[in-house]
Amino acid sequence: MRLLTFVWSYLKIGIANQFQYRINFFIQLLQSFISLGAGLIGLALVFTYTTELGGWSRPELLTVMGIYILMGGVISTFIQPNMTRLLYEIERGKLDFALTKPVDGQAIVSLRELNFWSLTDVLVGLAVVGVALFQLDRQIGLAQGLSFIAALFFGSVMIYCFWLIITSVAFWVIRINELVPIFQAVYAAGRWPVGIYPDWLRLSLTFLVPVAFAVTVPAEALAGRLTPTALLGGFALTILFAILARLIWSLGVRRYSGASA
Amino acid sequence: MKRLVGFYLTNMKLAMMAQFQYRMQSLLYVLWLVIEPVIYLVVWSTIARSNGGSVAGYTAGGFAAYYIVWMLVRQMNLALSPSDWEWRIQEGQMSAQLMRPFHPIHNEASDFAGSKVFMILIWLPIAAVLIIIFKPSLHPSWFQVLAFAFAIWGAYVIRTMMVSLLGMITFWTTRVGAIFDLVFALELILSGRLVPLPLMPVWVQRLASFLPFQATFYFPINVLTGSSTPLEILTGLGIQLVWILAGLGLVNLVWHFAIRRFTSVGN
Repeated sequence: MRLLTFVWSYLKIGIANQFQYRINFFIQLLQSFISLGAGLIGLALVFTYTTELGGWSRPELLTVMGIYILMGGVISTFIQPNMTRLLYEIERGKLDFALTKPVDGQAIVSLRELNFWSLTDVLVGLAVVGVALFQLDRQIGLAQGLSFIAALFFGSVMIYCFWLIITSVAFWVIRINELVPIFQAVYAAGRWPVGIYPDWLRLSLTFLVPVAFAVTVPAEALAGRLTPTALLGGFALTILFAILARLIWSLGVRRYSGASA
Repeated sequence: MKRLVGFYLTNMKLAMMAQFQYRMQSLLYVLWLVIEPVIYLVVWSTIARSNGGSVAGYTAGGFAAYYIVWMLVRQMNLALSPSDWEWRIQEGQMSAQLMRPFHPIHNEASDFAGSKVFMILIWLPIAAVLIIIFKPSLHPSWFQVLAFAFAIWGAYVIRTMMVSLLGMITFWTTRVGAIFDLVFALELILSGRLVPLPLMPVWVQRLASFLPFQATFYFPINVLTGSSTPLEILTGLGIQLVWILAGLGLVNLVWHFAIRRFTSVGN
């Protein structure tokens, strides 16, 4: 309960701050459309030379792209701003302010920031998924819909845990610049279903950096290809990632020595 | 001029040493470097195979050669990002550089040029691994190798000036994110970064030939991996030279007006 009060007051100030720059909404929207346009051109190029890629048809690949944009929006709205702030505060020894609050440290560092205008990517992604489903002209059953939502949820939790683990490494090595661009480069692999990649890359994108679970698996759920076993596997892996992230965070915080306050 | 050469050599040496010092970061960087071309390579070699062996004249081995050389060219044409310009200008961080007796662009240009030596060294083992995995078909002549050595530096100079011009827009407006995104999206498509240009529709190829983008990606890659005649290669190098001269003129002109707008307090 107390955590909620804290998070609410952080977010209230943060969002109020961003609402001062309302023009940014349109700029962000423009940027979303530019990257959507580039993605669509890439997709169109692929399909001038082929009718399917690794067993995925054009509208099915469009759902993959929609989910890729949607999940990218979730990451840059909720996960990335918190983690870059955490990284900065570890580097500068300013984390004391968060750690001394009477609530769980991991919870507060993960929920302080919210990049409001990046929600445009979530909207654009949803719209693309909608268009793709319309093109597919296929009824989405309740089971499919629910497993899609579950898969999206597991995927985003896994990405969060992955990011927390990587950021926590900063407790040991202090300086990891370029974390965001490197993650974005790896995440870009999610634009295509991971099944088309060679084994070494597919396995890394599934278990090392859970891009497969964030994008391909939800798309499979929508396409009706996801087996219940795979979804259960995703659930188990989510738990595993969560435990690991908690463990590494706790070990890291123990090493932290502040320089401020 | 002699002073400037000395400055370049010293600064390049410093940048090179810094790269060797932060090895861990440089290793992470390798990951960043490899992923993008490998994605394109996998997609297009899959299509080439399902398409009866080749797409627009590129076999799976041809794509492998293209994207492995792509990686080196990408390293070579990397320059100070316009977002860094944005940050410097917004935060008023340019004062110290303006005090020096050189144009500040030389500082960045020599810095990046120095780090290229490290990049080439790091590319060699990665390329070796990727050659084993993807089996490229690459048989350049000595002339192609020689021309490539010039073309990649030409690409670097052109792209440095292009992103600097882009970065300097920040002197006039601070809402530059969307402009950068737009130019980089155009570059992605029109430079040969996303796919070799012959895969594009003819009108796109024609459009691209009037823009500087392909001189920084497609041209140098094609010098090494393609089957251009020596004359075509020399013409391409000539076009690079034209872009370099045009860029020099523009950078100087824009800078002349831009710097009057710069104000900062302290540091």
